Order: sequence, then C-alpha cells, then structure tokens
Amino acid sequence: MGWQWFHRLGSPRWFYEKTDAWIPWLAVVSFALLAVGAIWGLAFAPADMKQGNSYRIIYIHVPAAFLSLAGYYIMAISGAIGLIWKMKLADMVMKCAAPIGAVFTFISLVTGAIWGKPTWGTWWVWDARITSMLVLLFLYLGVIALQQAYQHQDTANKASAILALVGTVNIPIIYKSVDWWYTLHQPATIKFTSESTIHPSMLYPLLTMVIGFYCFYALVLLISTRTEVLEREKKTRWVNELAAAKAAGGKV
Amino acid sequence: MHPVRKQRLIMVIFIVVFASVAVGLMAYALRENINLFYPPAKIVSGEAPVDKRIRAGGCVLPGQVKRASDSLDVSFLITDGAANVEVHFTGILPDLFAEGEAVVVNGRLNGDGVFMATEVLAKHDENYTPPEVAESMQGTDEHQNTCEGMSYGA
Repeated sequence: MGWQWFHRLGSPRWFYEKTDAWIPWLAVVSFALLAVGAIWGLAFAPADMKQGNSYRIIYIHVPAAFLSLAGYYIMAISGAIGLIWKMKLADMVMKCAAPIGAVFTFISLVTGAIWGKPTWGTWWVWDARITSMLVLLFLYLGVIALQQAYQHQDTANKASAILALVGTVNIPIIYKSVDWWYTLHQPATIKFTSESTIHPSMLYPLLTMVIGFYCFYALVLLISTRTEVLEREKKTRWVNELAAAKAAGGKV
Repeated sequence: MHPVRKQRLIMVIFIVVFASVAVGLMAYALRENINLFYPPAKIVSGEAPVDKRIRAGGCVLPGQVKRASDSLDVSFLITDGAANVEVHFTGILPDLFAEGEAVVVNGRLNGDGVFMATEVLAKHDENYTPPEVAESMQGTDEHQNTCEGMSYGA
C-alpha cells in the first residue's frame, strides 16, 4: 500500500493526463498570490527606517533566491530517482527544472546587485554568499549544457544527474555562508527557529510572494515537463491519438 | 529493494557524501580566505598583512567620525568590541554610513596601523522596521544586531 502512486509516476502518460486539470488552478492561484503580494508589498507595506523604499526589492529577491535553492533540490532529487529507478518522468523533471532554476538564480543575483548599489555602495563583492550563488548559476548552466551535449538522452541524463548530485553540496553552503564566514551580505531575516527580524507589516506581503513564487514555480515546471513528455513520447500511440483529437478540434 | 537499484542508491549516496567531504576539506583549508574582511582585533594583533590590499570590517565608533571642513577627507574608528582601528578615507560615503553602524572598508594598512581606505561599503543588517515603529521603540533598535550591546569604551 502507498507505493502505487510512485510506480504510476513511471508512466508519463498517466502524469500527462493527471496534471491536465491542475494547470488552470495553479495558474489562477499563483497569479492571484503574486498580484496581491506585489501590490501589498510595493504600495501598502511601510518604508524601511534606514533604507527607505529601496528595501522593497526583497519582495522579488528573497522569493527568487528561495526558489533557486529549492528548485535545485527538486532537480537533484529527480536526477537521483532517474539514476536509481530509471524513471523516465524523473529525467524529464530534472531536465525541465534546470532552466527554470537558472532564471530564478539570475533574478536573485540581478536584484541583489541593484539593491546593493544604493545600500552597500557597490554592485558586486566577492563575499561567500554572493560567490556561492554565482556557483549555483554555473551549476544550473552546466546541467543545461550537459543535456545538450550528448546524442543519446540516456547518457545526457546520467551525466547531468551526477553533476546535479555533486552540486547539492553548494546548497547548505549558500544557506549557511552568512553565519560561517564574515560576509557583506546580512544574515537571514526570516528565521525558522526564532522570531523573524522583520516587522509583521512587511513580513506578510513577503510570505505571500514566497508562496506565490512556489505556486508559479510548480506551474512552470508542470507546463515544461508536460511539453517534454509529448516531445519524447511523440512516437507513441496515445500522443498521436491526442494530436489527432486536437487537430479535429475535439476537446481532449 | 532490487539489488541493482540498491547498488545504484549506494552509488548516489557515495557521490553526495564524497563531494561533501571534498568541498568541506577545501572550505576548511581556505577558511580564513573565505572571510570577506578582517575584524579590528586581527589587525591590531598583527595577523593582517601590512601594505597589501585587504578589507576590514567593524562598527563605526560613535563620536569618533571626523570630517575635514575643506575636503572630502574623513577619519573614523571601527571596532569589534575587542580592538579599534583608525580608518582614513577620501570620497563620498554611502547613504547608510552612520555612527554605530557596521561598515566594510577596502584599502591598505600602513605601518602605523592606520587603515587607508579606497572604498567604504555600508553593511546592512537583517532588520527591517518601519520608521514609526522604530520611533516608538525610542531608539532601542537603532544599532544593528552586530553592533548592538557593544561596549564602546575600549
């Protein structure tokens, strides 16, 4: 008992049919949360005592950074499942998670630089947090490159899964870098073990944005994986039937 | 679990553990170099190299910021609670520079133990507070966590 869903995930067709109904719901929820969080954070949350309005970039920077780390675990764990159980769907998720994670990492680096210029007085500094974030971006780009580098999809999956697994070392380093070393980047504001050092009137819009980003990530990953399923299964009967039904204008 | 899968699972665990140990040893070997700056205590004790480009970081000692009236020269003391270092700088300070706040300065330490900075960066803390709330707290939260409760008597 309990393991049936796991084995079903091995079937890309089952995944494709099951997730069809989720897409509109996820889209509505994530866009609603992002709209509410953005308007709340940018227009209604109070300005910061020292930074004024420039702190508002955390409403993009922090959620994007969260997702770049969480997305890496999703990529590495699906890579490991693909390696161990040879599950086709896991390989597809790993491939699709890489570009999405790279974009989130890039967003958090760019927003951090834009905030750093007025706050710190510099765009960039080679401290442990910022450098390890840059390494994360290169790891994502490495997985993308390895996916493209091989003729055979199986070889590409194996190579990129191993790179993704080796790269997981970087995630706790990014997270703890501000505590382990002297850095210019400040320590974490949202804490799980003690009280957060941000006023609630600023925290709630931030949490709304974080949940919105998670939903948006799930949405983009699902859409991307579904496309990948169709691409890789295009020779099978069920995909051809689906395409024929779509072409005939019927509802699938 | 199927023996082949078990073997692959062990392989995956091995990759992760091996990579962690390798990176952990590297970080351990480079532990001092990963730090972005030297605290004043290490500069005073002579652990920081003289006349090499280094960074120093600490809290600006209140009441010790001296600005020249006819130029952009400024000198101030930074402290980590254990020792003070004098910093000289010519230029425009970042907006968040203030007494009792943390800074990171980039420059050279001269033979007299004075830090000749070419760049001053403000280090922001992890606190975000609306101005009204800060006022009602009567300035108890005025200093950063890193600078809070520091004895400036040194």
